Amino acid sequence: MNSEKTSNLLQHPTRILFFTGKGGVGKTSLACAAAVDMAARGKRVLLVSTDPASNLDEVLGVRLSGQPAAIPGADGLFALNIDPEAAAQAYRDRVIGPYRGVLPDAAIHSMEEQMSGACTVEIAAFDEFTKLLGDPHTTAGFDHIIFDTAPTGHTLRLLKLPAAWTGFIAGNTTGTSCLGPLSGLETQQSLYDSSLRALTDASTTTLVLVSRPERSALAEAERTRAELLDMGVSNQCLFLNGAFVAQDRTDTAACALEARGQSALAAMPEALASLPRIQVPLLPYAPMGVQNLRRVFGSAPPFRATPPRHRSPVADPGLPLSALIDELESMGHGVVMTMGKGGVGKTTVAAAIAIELAHRGHHVSLSTTDPAAHLASTVGEAIPHLAVSRIDPALETRQYSAAVMAKAAPQLDAQGMALLEEDLRSPCTEEIAVFSAFARTVAEGAEGFVVLDTAPTGHTILLLDAAEAYHRDVTRTMSDVPDAVRRLLPRLRDPAFTRVLLVTLPEATPVHEAARLQDDLRRAGIQPYAWIVNQSFADGAFRDPVLVERGSREAPYLAEVHERLATRFTVIPWKPAAPVGPELLRELADDSLALEGTSKG
Amino acid sequence: MKKLQVFDPPMCCSTGVCGPSVDPALVSFSSDLHWLANQRLAVERYNLAQQPQAFAANEVVKAALREFGNECLPLILLDGAILSKGCYPKRDELARLTGVEANAVELPVINRSCCS
Repeated sequence: MNSEKTSNLLQHPTRILFFTGKGGVGKTSLACAAAVDMAARGKRVLLVSTDPASNLDEVLGVRLSGQPAAIPGADGLFALNIDPEAAAQAYRDRVIGPYRGVLPDAAIHSMEEQMSGACTVEIAAFDEFTKLLGDPHTTAGFDHIIFDTAPTGHTLRLLKLPAAWTGFIAGNTTGTSCLGPLSGLETQQSLYDSSLRALTDASTTTLVLVSRPERSALAEAERTRAELLDMGVSNQCLFLNGAFVAQDRTDTAACALEARGQSALAAMPEALASLPRIQVPLLPYAPMGVQNLRRVFGSAPPFRATPPRHRSPVADPGLPLSALIDELESMGHGVVMTMGKGGVGKTTVAAAIAIELAHRGHHVSLSTTDPAAHLASTVGEAIPHLAVSRIDPALETRQYSAAVMAKAAPQLDAQGMALLEEDLRSPCTEEIAVFSAFARTVAEGAEGFVVLDTAPTGHTILLLDAAEAYHRDVTRTMSDVPDAVRRLLPRLRDPAFTRVLLVTLPEATPVHEAARLQDDLRRAGIQPYAWIVNQSFADGAFRDPVLVERGSREAPYLAEVHERLATRFTVIPWKPAAPVGPELLRELADDSLALEGTSKG
Repeated sequence: MKKLQVFDPPMCCSTGVCGPSVDPALVSFSSDLHWLANQRLAVERYNLAQQPQAFAANEVVKAALREFGNECLPLILLDGAILSKGCYPKRDELARLTGVEANAVELPVINRSCCS
């Protein structure tokens, strides 16, 4: 399967590599493994995360900062996190610092307020990103730069920004337009130009599409492939992670898992299937630390599953999902939000809860803020009392812009309208439009049930930050703010109105990412209601050594959730059939891990 | 040529489309400034969040900020002297204050000016 072209991917890589894919497919693990592998070949490699919820630290076992840090045990490998908050702080200090003591304190304070929003965070992070991408001096000491990019929706935005803004700068004629906190953007234009050139030069940049052998992950990879090819990113390849072959043909559950992967691969879109491909088998545990990462691409001996001598049953399986839904139902109405790392099954859990509530006769609206959502295909068919929708950033932006133009039209002449139209083309507009739509959706919880499958964690945090910034803004201005926006944060904070469910897999990074998210939520005054541990192998009737070992390694993470993190929790066992369509989703709600640890799978 | 300088409070953008709701007065004002610039007036516009150096370099602006606080923004200067404080004048008001030909005013005036 390793053709010559394929092995070239790692032996003669381009200077820049981007790893992208649906949340949870293993971008960070494979980006780290590729970086470790290149460093082992004597190259100097810089590994960069642009994810606001980066897991590089945990996978490499090193505490990282915004500056390149040498990774012990891997000579030549350096890594850094672009921390958007820290970048925004540095940006504020740079802009405001020189005027402290020169302008009155009140003026300084108002500048800080203005620059505390989500736009500044996004733009400051983007600034750092283009320096690495477009300025050769910043990365002169490195042979290769590997970006472990943020989950897909965010990645696309980040990657698209140079094109959007280059067009934006070129089209801005009056010079009064909304460049947000990016003052002096024009002077940065050469940097954006060279970033864009680097991205679209096939001999400089490789886009690594990471996927698992699952339909939704492959569909996401295909979407990204087409979209980025369209933007001129033509050098692409596919890393297929978690390919599984059952070693014991009498193990029906293991064979079902294998068959699920095979059928997803058989349905893979033609264009994706024809890309150069590297296949990584399902490992008995997530590769953490330089030593384990070396094994992934074969610069150290491969993994060997070592099944435990005895299997320890799950100490406490928690509430069955059906009982958790009973509690949610008793609210009568309100908002249920599933949050967590990408790929942990937020959509599945949200759909299962929404379908069960609708089945019990409630009016339910199931929606998402995830730009890469697949709600409709998960639910599968129309269900009485259930409305499925999604907050589409492009559509919301068009509608918001049209509404603003219509409202302003009576008071403006042609010149004014042209000016307004230009300002509305700024990157901030989408942020605001999506935010207003989110507030409207939450407001529907006053009447019935709203189940929100929220976007991957990083994006979600930005959204909540935006909520906080808006909360301040809204209480300060006297202008006619929509009621839904004014009441958003109080609603999210009201435990009788909103219940946040943190979804995780029983593995290190999803649990720890959800734990950080829980801290963030608590800081924002929101107390998560329950934890849901999804796709547990711990209880499964497997004999396959890889799956048995995966199951046995869940114990510490299940215990961590139960004992340290959650006030309420539910464990959902892994199912041989992909939970798609109303029947299989309802089965999830009926058939949680039983006390004796038996599985009907 | 006379010079009109506008010192805005810290804003994301000149029309306010980035706020929780769009302030039509801001959009009109941007348009009016553009109109003034076409009436042989040099127009400069500075935003505290984006061009603090212009505020720090102007003694009149600094003195106004010290004396009146942020409420003096937007501060409008004509040839270095304060023309208006804390509001965005309408187009006819701007025309009168700057001495631009009144008959050049094309827009009907809907509301009374904020500066009386």
